[in-house]
Amino acid sequence: MEEKQLYTVSIYTENNIGLLNRISAIFQRRHINIESINTSVSEIDGVSRFTIVISVGKEQIKKIIGQIEKQVEVIRAYYHTDEETIYQESCLFKVKSDLLFEDGHIQSIIKESNARIITVNKEFFVLEKSGVRNEIELLYKELSAFEILQFTRSGRIAVTKERMEISKMLEAFNTNYV
Amino acid sequence: MNTETLKRTEKKIDSKMRITGSEAIVRCLIAEGVNTLYGYPGGAIMPVYDELYKFQDKINHVLTRHEQGATHAAQGYARISGKVGVAIATSGPGATNLITGIADAQIDSTPMVCITGQVGSHLLGTDAFQETDIIGISTPVTKWNHQITKASQIPEVLAKAFYIARTGRPGPVLIDITKDAQFEAFDFLYEKCDGIRSYVPVPNTDPETLKNAAQLINSAKKPLIIWGQGVILSEAENILRAVIEKAGIPSAWTIMGASAIPTSHPLNIGMVGMHGNYAPNVLTNECDVLIAIGMRFDDRVTGNLETYAKQAKVIHFEIDPAEVDKNVKTEVAVLGDAKKTLQALLPLLNKKVHVNWLQKFKDLYKVEYEKVINDDLYPVKEGITMAEVIKEINKQSRGQAAIVSDVGQHQMIACRYAEFNVTKSNITSGGLGTMGFALPAAIGAKMAAPERDVVAIIGDGGYQMTIQELGTIFQTKVPVKIVVLNNDFLGMVRQWQQLFFDKRYASTEIQNPDFVAIAKGYSINAKKVTKREEIASAVKEMMASKAAYFLEVSVEKEANVFPMIPTGASVSDIRLS
Repeated sequence: MEEKQLYTVSIYTENNIGLLNRISAIFQRRHINIESINTSVSEIDGVSRFTIVISVGKEQIKKIIGQIEKQVEVIRAYYHTDEETIYQESCLFKVKSDLLFEDGHIQSIIKESNARIITVNKEFFVLEKSGVRNEIELLYKELSAFEILQFTRSGRIAVTKERMEISKMLEAFNTNYV
Repeated sequence: MNTETLKRTEKKIDSKMRITGSEAIVRCLIAEGVNTLYGYPGGAIMPVYDELYKFQDKINHVLTRHEQGATHAAQGYARISGKVGVAIATSGPGATNLITGIADAQIDSTPMVCITGQVGSHLLGTDAFQETDIIGISTPVTKWNHQITKASQIPEVLAKAFYIARTGRPGPVLIDITKDAQFEAFDFLYEKCDGIRSYVPVPNTDPETLKNAAQLINSAKKPLIIWGQGVILSEAENILRAVIEKAGIPSAWTIMGASAIPTSHPLNIGMVGMHGNYAPNVLTNECDVLIAIGMRFDDRVTGNLETYAKQAKVIHFEIDPAEVDKNVKTEVAVLGDAKKTLQALLPLLNKKVHVNWLQKFKDLYKVEYEKVINDDLYPVKEGITMAEVIKEINKQSRGQAAIVSDVGQHQMIACRYAEFNVTKSNITSGGLGTMGFALPAAIGAKMAAPERDVVAIIGDGGYQMTIQELGTIFQTKVPVKIVVLNNDFLGMVRQWQQLFFDKRYASTEIQNPDFVAIAKGYSINAKKVTKREEIASAVKEMMASKAAYFLEVSVEKEANVFPMIPTGASVSDIRLS
């Protein structure tokens, strides 16, 4: 078995129903667990961007990218290691409000972690934190001493240090076919 | 649909007119040059059938007896002609019955467009009568699929469907159309598709890779070519032949590549793979340069990858970048369409002969001949062998027939012994191994190439998986020739049970019906042969028949196909007995 490592897969696609299914099937068929997945618009009008984090071997990641790029509605797919990307996750904590006022400790946790209070009411307050996985996990640990009513974390979103020349590719297509 | 994804350059074929979605579907098919399609009507596709009724003079709808039969017929049609096969079915069970044929077309890269009716769009997701998520179900086995809920989407999506199915590495496309979209009227305008921005059908060829490939081939002492169906799909047969002859390279084929080069060509050294020929399998592990052309190193070809051609430098000519380094690591990958890359390669090659190397193949052929082939073709034992039937068909068709084989022992024997002189003459289910493929595929093949003799070679097991298509033959009078090699066993599974499961014949013995009576029930001329001396005259009668003909041959019950590479073994450990 190859040694596994974390890769961020970035996929530029047409914005069509069913494509998520087609892409996730590629992972499912090969028993690859998706660590996180995010889809959104991209920097190009009408083009979607998938950000998928998986843990696989060096050889396998190339084959997977090949299978993804083979899909008709995929424009391009890339893979990068953590060192090659700037990435963030975001999370929300819902915590009982009384603690916020009664315990000074919780206020200093919020301050030091650069978390943001989104809303406060009599019953609860909601805390938002963006960062890398370790930062979020640390905050979770610190807050778990107080009662966390709800917690959710987003998938990773990432931009790469290298350029991705999707716009150029699409322009080239347009000139070739006019 | 994002209309920006399509660029239109071809001439408009129809000025705008207001018609229903269902009429538009039929007009799109006609515009794509479809004159035959295979299918089965039902509730959600009835508006389209109503239009097919009106357009009977332009487009021939063949009613199969099961939707699976429709897909295999469309595949047979596509495989012999190189054109896109078309199958049509209703929603729900009609659509799910297409799946086996679609999966078969996907793994064997067959261009096919399937059209399914769907419940009205207001009923989607309500578990309506005959509603099934066919887009979800077909996603992993289609090259592309799409659901249409508005009539106005029909021309663009169907144009795209045909374009995707036939270009690049071909494959099946499924288009699901809700019933309301079929009824809806809209302003119809059809334009063919000639490009999709997210889709690169043929990758660019790097000239450097061609140079490197030529250099490796020119310096090789023991080169070996293995070609696959890619050669047939890109119609590269002549240029491949020129390459083989100029560089003097012994050349073998995968089951899907059969018939691209005539069987009798002196540099054609036979089939590779599990039941392929002895020499090319053994010498795969002795060649110094392995040139793979339009093939994908399937496990049935390579056996154990850990011991496959480790000594060789591998050159891979391939249209699908995802196939490169998938199973076998390549030294040089030449991306592109095989016809174009081989054309560019030819002038870079030195003229050569490899006398001693070729002699090794001849020597090993002699071993195989003595241990296997002689007994197969000229048996002295009482039981009829499958091979002697194939030999007789070769003789009486003068090697001109298209052979449509099913799956199992008879398939391996047919591919091993059939004499091919014409390309696109071996139509079989290679990748998926779909029993029941041959009978409907033969129907489609004969309809696409009426001038050719189409002979289906089928086992008694697979025959009964789609035997209902005799009804299609009866109704359309399509003159296919059907040969059932009957050993009253699921022979290939029985062979494995004998070799690897101590002869525990679990559910492989079949009690068969009177096949001749069944054929006659459909008014098909039929004969059964049980003795060796009857074979020649029966095959003669079959080949001479202008109408469909059924021939059953009772063959030896417990015969085995050899050579054989046991699963997980190395190609060079191929067994002769």
